[in-house]
Amino acid sequence: MTSAPRDREIAVVAFAQTDHRRTSEELSEVEMLMPVLHEVLDSTGLKTADIGFTCSGSSDYLAGRAFSFTLALDGVGAWPPISESHVEMDGAWALYEAWTKLLTGDADTALVYSYGKSSPGSVRDVLTRQLDPYYVAPLWPDSVALAALQAQALIDAGDTDEPALAAVASRNREAATTNPHAQVSGTVPQGDHIVQPLRTGDCPPIGDGAAAVILAAGDRARDLCARPAWIRGIDHRIEAHGLGVRDLTDSPSTRLAAERAGAFERPVDTAELHAPFSSQEIVLRKALRLGEDVDVNPSGGALAANPIMAAGLIRIGEAAARIHRGRSDRALAHATSGPCLQQNLVAVLEGEPR
Amino acid sequence: MAEVLKAPLVVEFPFTRSLGPVQSAFLTGLRERVVLGVRTGDGRVLVPPVEYDPVTAEELGDLVEVAPTGTVTTWAWNPAPRRGQPLTTPFAWVLVRLDGADTALLHALDAPGPAAVHTGMPVRIRWAGERTGAITDIACFEPYDGHRAEPTGHTGEFEDPVTGIVAAARLDYTYSPGRAQTAYINALSGRRTVGERCPSCRKVYVPPRGACPTCGVATSEQVEVGPRGTVTTFCIVNIKAKNLDIEVPYVYAHIALDGAGLALHGRIGGIPYDEVRMGLRVEPVWTADARYPDHYRPTGEPDADYDTYKELL
Ligand SMILES: [Zn+2]
Repeated sequence: MTSAPRDREIAVVAFAQTDHRRTSEELSEVEMLMPVLHEVLDSTGLKTADIGFTCSGSSDYLAGRAFSFTLALDGVGAWPPISESHVEMDGAWALYEAWTKLLTGDADTALVYSYGKSSPGSVRDVLTRQLDPYYVAPLWPDSVALAALQAQALIDAGDTDEPALAAVASRNREAATTNPHAQVSGTVPQGDHIVQPLRTGDCPPIGDGAAAVILAAGDRARDLCARPAWIRGIDHRIEAHGLGVRDLTDSPSTRLAAERAGAFERPVDTAELHAPFSSQEIVLRKALRLGEDVDVNPSGGALAANPIMAAGLIRIGEAAARIHRGRSDRALAHATSGPCLQQNLVAVLEGEPR
Repeated sequence: MAEVLKAPLVVEFPFTRSLGPVQSAFLTGLRERVVLGVRTGDGRVLVPPVEYDPVTAEELGDLVEVAPTGTVTTWAWNPAPRRGQPLTTPFAWVLVRLDGADTALLHALDAPGPAAVHTGMPVRIRWAGERTGAITDIACFEPYDGHRAEPTGHTGEFEDPVTGIVAAARLDYTYSPGRAQTAYINALSGRRTVGERCPSCRKVYVPPRGACPTCGVATSEQVEVGPRGTVTTFCIVNIKAKNLDIEVPYVYAHIALDGAGLALHGRIGGIPYDEVRMGLRVEPVWTADARYPDHYRPTGEPDADYDTYKELL
């Protein structure tokens, strides 16, 4: 099931994120996370004990800290024991799990959070450990290198060129000037090639951050939020793990997820895309058939702040927050995982008519 | 606030992985300078070969030899090679479709500079001098516009096939324990044990982690506890740990330091192991330059009443 049944509607009712920064060495993960947990609870007036289900997303590899998600639970107030789950994925997938849990009727409210502390390690190298361990990981191809292979494929196909990539980067960072949480905003030089054809400006900033969302079902959502962001559909799809098997200039998994989430049934006015590299926005716009009339990444997207494991959840949160504020009526949120947009999640959110 | 502590942390782990029949044939082939693909139900040849069809999930096993020559399908110039990558001098990452294959293989291309690389360029495998049955048996690719080698029709049967790989991994971190644990460790260097009190339930956490797991709020009020404490429970260790110079049997105990809201653990010394008991009053014993107590020994006080520590068990 990928579309919400009419008799069990679920909405994002609160969203919070940290200011994303290059380093947060003075804070442990739970210390970094706690303020956003408190912010979403305070904004809904809920207490930990009122939350029916809690789900988080994170990866111990980022900070090199084993079982960090169990320590992060301290910030939730998990004693006496709560109903809780964790995914070793971006928080967008934790939200997907929480959404299914609410659909079952087992809970009416859910707390979803995720965090990433990339500053203690070398994230380009850390991410090589998620690759095929037989044929790929022994070569240590870093995350920028793999994105650069995709970018060159797009250039060869005539889908983009370096100036067009620079324009994507500059538009996102310009939009981020109104986002107080952004790590990088305004005019940023494109810089040198990190791995050609990608330059510094085409790559996301490396940083630490956290985000939290509260989901609620039906009337509970209306009680907790003046204008809930209803999840009309949500779906995620994955492609083959072999890079050489895929057409890197396209994202059939994004298109299929969008189709199953109902994204093509009516136009959206806003899209928050999780495209850590400028070239990936080119792929996603094409796969999602986004026209010029859609406001893409008003937050600045992942090129403005990319706390790994949280950046996808933040896309859903940003889209929902625009609906909360009355700035959007129908928004698409996208999250990605793996190299070169390997796995993609699409959610469609709507506000009730004003 | 004192500066947060930092220390290098190296995480190293060798993964020992077994191979499926297709992976085994492919990697054994590389050892023998033979490149094998696998044919799918619809006739495509996948290189590198996989055990299951990525589209239909059908089990695959029809091995086909392909050529060591091929064509670049996309590339990316890497001006600054990183640890573990195939070449130490600047190189191009490439996806290469070998002659006879329908899919591409990721590897490195040794070329003088980005101007010498383009999509569609012909390349060939440069074999590693020493080969073990691993993807790194291909040292890299090199530009090659000569004769396209013909496969010999190898069937994928080998003497002494490789059945597993050991994939070594190393990641380097600069570890910081954060604010609360930095304060705890700094206090220990002055031989004091400092926890943090929850502003909501008043419980004192030692060592502090920065949050109260019951209330979900930050702890910040620092509270010195101990140095004396009470054994709340214990066990007798009869197995000698590697690299640990302590005679067995010895006692390892949960110790509630006076003023702490939960017990920490430590070794009990200065008393025969079979005389340690719940309620025993103990104090820390520091050795020169130690960063934490070496062990705890009896204070000689009367045992604590059960009621005084039953909530801390
Ligand atoms: Zn408390």
